[in-house]
Amino acid sequence: MVDTTQMGTPPRKTSLTHSSAQVARRKRKDVVLQGFGIAAILIAFSVLFILVASLVRTGYTAFVQTHVTLEVFVDPGEISEEGLPRGGFRDVLTAALLENLPEADPDEDARAVRNILSNGAQFDLRDRVVADPSLIGQTITLTAPVSDPFDQLNKGGVNRETPEDQRRVNNQEVAWFDTLAEAGLISTPFNIGLFTHADSRFPELAGLKGAIVGSFWALLTCFVISFPIGIGAAIYLEEFAPRNRMSDFIEVNINNLAAVPSVVFGLLALAVFLNWFGLPRSAPFVGGMTLALMTMPTIIIATRAALKAVPPSIREAALGVGASKQQVVFGHVLPLAMPGILTGTIIGLAQALGETAPLLLIGMNAFITSAASSPFDASTALPTQIFIWADSPERGFVSRTSAAILVLLGFLVTMNAIAIYLRNKFERRW
Amino acid sequence: MNDMRLTERNMTDQKIKMQARGVDVFYGDTQAIKTVDVDIQDKTVTAFIGPSGCGKSTFLRCLNRMNDTIDVCRVTGDIRLDEEDIYDPRVDPVQLRAKVGMVFQKPNPFPKSIYDNVAYGPRIHGLATNKAELDEIVEKSLRRAAIWDEAKDRLDQPGTGLSGGQQQRLCIARAVATNPEVLLMDEPCSALDPIATAQVEELIDELRERFSVVIVTHSMQQAARVSQKTAFFHLGELVEFGETSQIFTNPQDTRTESYITGRIG
Repeated sequence: MVDTTQMGTPPRKTSLTHSSAQVARRKRKDVVLQGFGIAAILIAFSVLFILVASLVRTGYTAFVQTHVTLEVFVDPGEISEEGLPRGGFRDVLTAALLENLPEADPDEDARAVRNILSNGAQFDLRDRVVADPSLIGQTITLTAPVSDPFDQLNKGGVNRETPEDQRRVNNQEVAWFDTLAEAGLISTPFNIGLFTHADSRFPELAGLKGAIVGSFWALLTCFVISFPIGIGAAIYLEEFAPRNRMSDFIEVNINNLAAVPSVVFGLLALAVFLNWFGLPRSAPFVGGMTLALMTMPTIIIATRAALKAVPPSIREAALGVGASKQQVVFGHVLPLAMPGILTGTIIGLAQALGETAPLLLIGMNAFITSAASSPFDASTALPTQIFIWADSPERGFVSRTSAAILVLLGFLVTMNAIAIYLRNKFERRW
Repeated sequence: MNDMRLTERNMTDQKIKMQARGVDVFYGDTQAIKTVDVDIQDKTVTAFIGPSGCGKSTFLRCLNRMNDTIDVCRVTGDIRLDEEDIYDPRVDPVQLRAKVGMVFQKPNPFPKSIYDNVAYGPRIHGLATNKAELDEIVEKSLRRAAIWDEAKDRLDQPGTGLSGGQQQRLCIARAVATNPEVLLMDEPCSALDPIATAQVEELIDELRERFSVVIVTHSMQQAARVSQKTAFFHLGELVEFGETSQIFTNPQDTRTESYITGRIG
């Protein structure tokens, strides 16, 4: 207790209703600080908004695909049951198109007319006929994607006002397309192919299935490797390791490892996994191992933080009834730290999902037209697929690149949402 | 329950359960406990009193080697439980802690059901061979901790959902469930209201029938109410140790007198 009468100066008389200069200054500071905070948030959100908006603007067209519906007479003169799977499928389709385009000359314009349809259409037809040879001689309805220039024409990617010599489709082709459209044969349904097809040279056929499957295998490998090792390392360091120079050194280096640029891990993987161990190139398994190298420090750091956050009273309680160190850690501390560990793991995996550089170095940016059926098959991953498509000149790939980015962002947002959900659901309060 | 008429308290000469001789405790370079000698009798409540930071909790934690978990803490000297040196290298601290249970300052039930809280100790020590036996141990422990009536209908509910006083009694039930020989209590009532405190004190008096109880307390009244033996610690030294009645009515050391009359501390 301090006796106020013993202090040198008498207390200054202040009013509660009239703010002094000091109070006014403090309030000004508060306002300025708040203003900065709000401005920062606004800037961050507007940048995010611009990013997503521009992606959606260029990418939304890739979520629909222009199709043309044709009555196709499967001409026995062109396709015979004995000759399957070979046959004049392309000619049959061309004939079906010409049927609907009376102004086109069947001889001179055949090649140009044929180009309206995607190159994949003939294979669709072939697959259907091979599956059911009785279709030969019948007329069947076939809905097939149109090729990229006409897809762009339909979606407004090609400006009809542009002079003909600078346009990708000439006036005649535009007229044919309009004829088909007037006949009600053109439709633009949701582009299921974006998710069910693997990569292709033709943008109208290219899809993300290979990339999604590749990313799935890579992430699974990454999780299976980094989760147990990361947690094991974190538990040992946090709970069992003696505190000395060695453990300090290890701790510093784990933090350093988390900060190493990912391309370095890619080079390491190239040198060790591919060249030394001789593991297959472009395989999601190797990609997952590389990503695991990156994810492990994240998991270790998150796990250690989660273990540290478990209140010491719980450890004491368990020790007090005669639990051993192992029983305390595995029976009490670890279960309580699990939500934090899972959150850290999911965030680490989300990071790994978006990682491109190490995958480029181990060759996961190859052109692969079928989805991997095992983690050892060559494959792409979502970020590398985006990389490949972004490099492609066709107009259709521009929108598909944005669409692929949106799909990747969708996965990332979902994973982070799961992390937040888990944290809120299992969070305990003491 | 005991009252304040200390001189009339029944004194029994119990055999010595724990014996400390020349115990020094260091935290790094600072000495927290200086050459302490204490005898803790069986079936007796021994209170450690003293101002904050005098080392009474530190010394208590030496008795079940809880200080082992602190890296910088170093204990020298001789502490014996039933004539056996508990700091002998052959001694497993985990086994020791099963014999010397502990109740902490803040109620710290596991975030599990009431049943699992009590059953945890018996489970890890294999005290029950089947579910029926475990049920029996749980019930007996909860009864001994005087919380059975409040908890019997909600055994499957989390222990953290109980009130503070109930949580502390649950922690006592958890501690007695492993059948310890000595029960250490580190300010068990400091987080409790007066009614809960009274219940816990009453309980301590009952526990004396079976265990040797060592209690650290800030409250001299509490020490006077529940204990038969009192040790007064000051600045890491054991200043005075004797019958509670003698410490409170006729202290031999001037520091003890100053403390219990409120002049220091």
